[in-house]
Amino acid sequence: MSTETTAPAPSTGKRADSHSRRWTGLGWGFVAKLLIMMIVNAFGVSAIMSAWNAQAWVILGASIVLLVVADWVYFSRRMLPLKYIYPGLVFLLVFQVFTMIYTAYVATTNYGAGHNVSKSQAIDAALIQAEREVEGSPSYPLAVVRDGDTIGFAISEDGVVEVGTAEEPLAEVDGAIDDSGRPTEVDGWEIVKVNELLSDQALAQEVTDLRVPVSDEADDGSLRTREGSTAKVYRSSLVWDEDADTLTDVDSGVVYTPNDRGTFVGDDGSTLPAGWYVNVGFENFTKAVTDPEYSKPLLKVTAWTFAFAILTVASSFLLGLFFALVFNDDRIRGKKTLRTLFILPYAFPAFLTALLWRGMLNPEFGIINKWFFFGADINWLGDPWLARFSILFVNLWLSYPYWFLVCTGALQSLPSETTEAAKIDGAGRWRQFRSITFPLLMVSTAPLAIASFAFNFNNFTIIYMLTNGGPRFEDTSVPLGSTDILISAIYQISGVAGGRADYGLAAALSIVVFVVVGLVSALAFRQTKKLEEF
Amino acid sequence: MRKTIGKAAVLVTSVALLAACSTSGDEEGTDESMSPEPTTSASETSDAIDATGQTLTIWTDANRKPAIEAAAATFEAETGATVELVEKNFEDIRADFLAQVPTGEGPDITIGAHDWLGALVTDGVVNTVDLGANASSFSQVAVDAMTYDGQVYGMPYSTEAVALIQNTDLVGTEAPATWDDMIAAGEESGAKYPFCINVNGETGDGYTMYPFQTSFGAPVFVQEGGSYTNEVGMGGDAGEAFATWLSENGEKGAGHLSTTIDYAINNELFNSGDCAYTVAGPWALGDFADVNFTVNAVPSAGGETAAPFVGVQGFYVSSQSANALLANQFLTNYIATPEAMQALYDADPRLPAFEGVDTASAPFPDAIAGFQASAEQGVPMPSIPEMGSVWDFWNAAEAKIIKGADPVDTWNKMITDLTAALAG
Repeated sequence: MSTETTAPAPSTGKRADSHSRRWTGLGWGFVAKLLIMMIVNAFGVSAIMSAWNAQAWVILGASIVLLVVADWVYFSRRMLPLKYIYPGLVFLLVFQVFTMIYTAYVATTNYGAGHNVSKSQAIDAALIQAEREVEGSPSYPLAVVRDGDTIGFAISEDGVVEVGTAEEPLAEVDGAIDDSGRPTEVDGWEIVKVNELLSDQALAQEVTDLRVPVSDEADDGSLRTREGSTAKVYRSSLVWDEDADTLTDVDSGVVYTPNDRGTFVGDDGSTLPAGWYVNVGFENFTKAVTDPEYSKPLLKVTAWTFAFAILTVASSFLLGLFFALVFNDDRIRGKKTLRTLFILPYAFPAFLTALLWRGMLNPEFGIINKWFFFGADINWLGDPWLARFSILFVNLWLSYPYWFLVCTGALQSLPSETTEAAKIDGAGRWRQFRSITFPLLMVSTAPLAIASFAFNFNNFTIIYMLTNGGPRFEDTSVPLGSTDILISAIYQISGVAGGRADYGLAAALSIVVFVVVGLVSALAFRQTKKLEEF
Repeated sequence: MRKTIGKAAVLVTSVALLAACSTSGDEEGTDESMSPEPTTSASETSDAIDATGQTLTIWTDANRKPAIEAAAATFEAETGATVELVEKNFEDIRADFLAQVPTGEGPDITIGAHDWLGALVTDGVVNTVDLGANASSFSQVAVDAMTYDGQVYGMPYSTEAVALIQNTDLVGTEAPATWDDMIAAGEESGAKYPFCINVNGETGDGYTMYPFQTSFGAPVFVQEGGSYTNEVGMGGDAGEAFATWLSENGEKGAGHLSTTIDYAINNELFNSGDCAYTVAGPWALGDFADVNFTVNAVPSAGGETAAPFVGVQGFYVSSQSANALLANQFLTNYIATPEAMQALYDADPRLPAFEGVDTASAPFPDAIAGFQASAEQGVPMPSIPEMGSVWDFWNAAEAKIIKGADPVDTWNKMITDLTAALAG
């Protein structure tokens, strides 16, 4: 049993002689571990309890499994490697794998504008929207009454108290009313006080749902209350038939049946506004490539995404490397100060820098045109190609200091013997750089370049802050533009910013982005392995 | 053996720790006998929460929070219910409400803008409301805006519209009658720009430009008896006349309209006295601290009344609220009252949608009167769900024309694209 605190860092290679085997008693490390595990268990049990209270069975199950496994891993002797991996693994499962699975699920549905709720909620919505106040209905002061479990409404008309329930239409009874006309005493019924109504959720719900028919004639409508103290006459034009799974419009006779797209369609071809989400298989994925509205802009967006990520990494790497080489030269004075200055763009928040550049690139008021182009009217962010150039330029400004830092570090750690040996062999500066410095540098920087590619592939901030994807494509109704990269396109399509939401398509595209970044990274890492063998 | 002791020890201690947390003071025991304990204590706790009364959850933005807090305090005192105010960014509320209501995690009531209504209704997340006994005190344009397909879905409380703001040191307080008068007066004043307007940079801004568009008789959708149809109304001769006007005053023409101007630049230009006139909403007034200004209705450019879009803000009730009764009680009896409406106004002065609110408490009482005059000649912004796609086409076409594209062709192409998109 063991102790991270007392033992030196373990090596999985020497398993037979692992420190967990050498455990002889309750050391301080064990006490520390015990305390930590107590806290972990306390959190775990409280999570399980809240899941139980919220009746979230999946979360409940997952929490139990994760907690049990945690205890098993940390109190078993055989699980040494897992002791180190497990916390990371849990976070990976919760924050990455779960999110991925859920995104994949959404990608197979038509979840989005018009298909935003479950079917029963869509039916609720249809019924809500169809229930209208009967024109000219007075507002009756209302007393909610009960007789055992039966809830009823009592109102007064011309001084006469009337009571009704869901089954029994309004009928006269004996009782008394106050000045406003609200019944204060109803024969055979107990009056429910408003405060009682407000403090009892179930009762309040029952009262909200209660409809008391005004007469035997269903067409006359029924009394309903919204806030518990007044009632008006409402009439619903839709009737829900649970067995037939249909909604019927009692005025026009149109019968609405659900279709497999998650919409109620009437026999006259009309549809009800609120739909629900249904599984549509791989339609979202095919829509991205076959729908003429989406396919062309998305193709352009994809091409630009690759170009943007690759060009950004290449340009900032080269510029950073150039400065690193220059400032690595012993002949330069004030290196420290200069290095600090060169790192500054990296020190400011990227979104702020992007916003600043947006202002500076304004064709009429921005200082770029004013100072550097003699007041010329160059529309940096308004022309598709200039906007792309501006994005690349600003991103270069933002990211070269990173490469400058990395390359400086890498250069300083290069062995000087090899360079010296090359010098003795008569190699020139360029030859030294090309054959020794650069390849050695690549070993340590290539993996970072891949990470940087993956980051820029999803670099939402700069696109959103500098151009917000614009200028817009002119030949499509999809709200995408020339500088949109996939992730900003997904943001637009998801409708989070406003406009029509299409979560299904946005989720499908997210999966595509994930696969692309994953594939590119995997391939690139393979290549870097080869560099190491060099 | 040791392993078992260890496990038991851990279980016992962790449960003990837990028990200590929940202050139930259990005695030491085996894990089997202990384990059910926490579960019961948990359910007791949750029962206890239920018994203290119901909780009404309201989403609001930071500006309006103090006002709603005042109403909520009275409500809590009189009914014993608890009001939980959740502060959110106004821009996030629409998307969050759409996403959260179906999961049951949404609020009972939310603050919102009327142009979300179409989406809220087609997505089935909003319930109808009754304006209560004071229904007649609400301004008609505000109630119309909150009405969708004949049903009222929101309780309005404020309206807003853009108006003409003029620098009184440059052009006096008199309202210009027409666009030409305004430009002439602006040029005479010696200001750097006679008139500035936010075009939202390259994006275009059909919203701010709308009063000029309506003065040519080209409404975005055809209106039938107060509510909008989904038939595009800005095509034809009237629309072409407006497009030509945009072009004539655009970058290649007189230069009064320019895509180099966005919201921040426009406010900066006006505040520094470089512009004699601008069109902006009440939300921009805070940026005009350095100049003396007055607010008037927007002058006509095409001969007809310049009607701006009127935006309305109000309260929506969730369709999935488990506390519908409480929510309606709060709205009709604690919000739709002169006192509550006054408190809302005092906390966040926007043009009130409720009769009898005293507007003198605002930082710019005179300006409020000007905006109210402008809003009175306005039309509600359409809330039909199609509006989402309209903005994209419409703004982009205006920006292009202002930049110098052929006005009639660009405008007509926009109408064709838009009609196709709405049909599809």
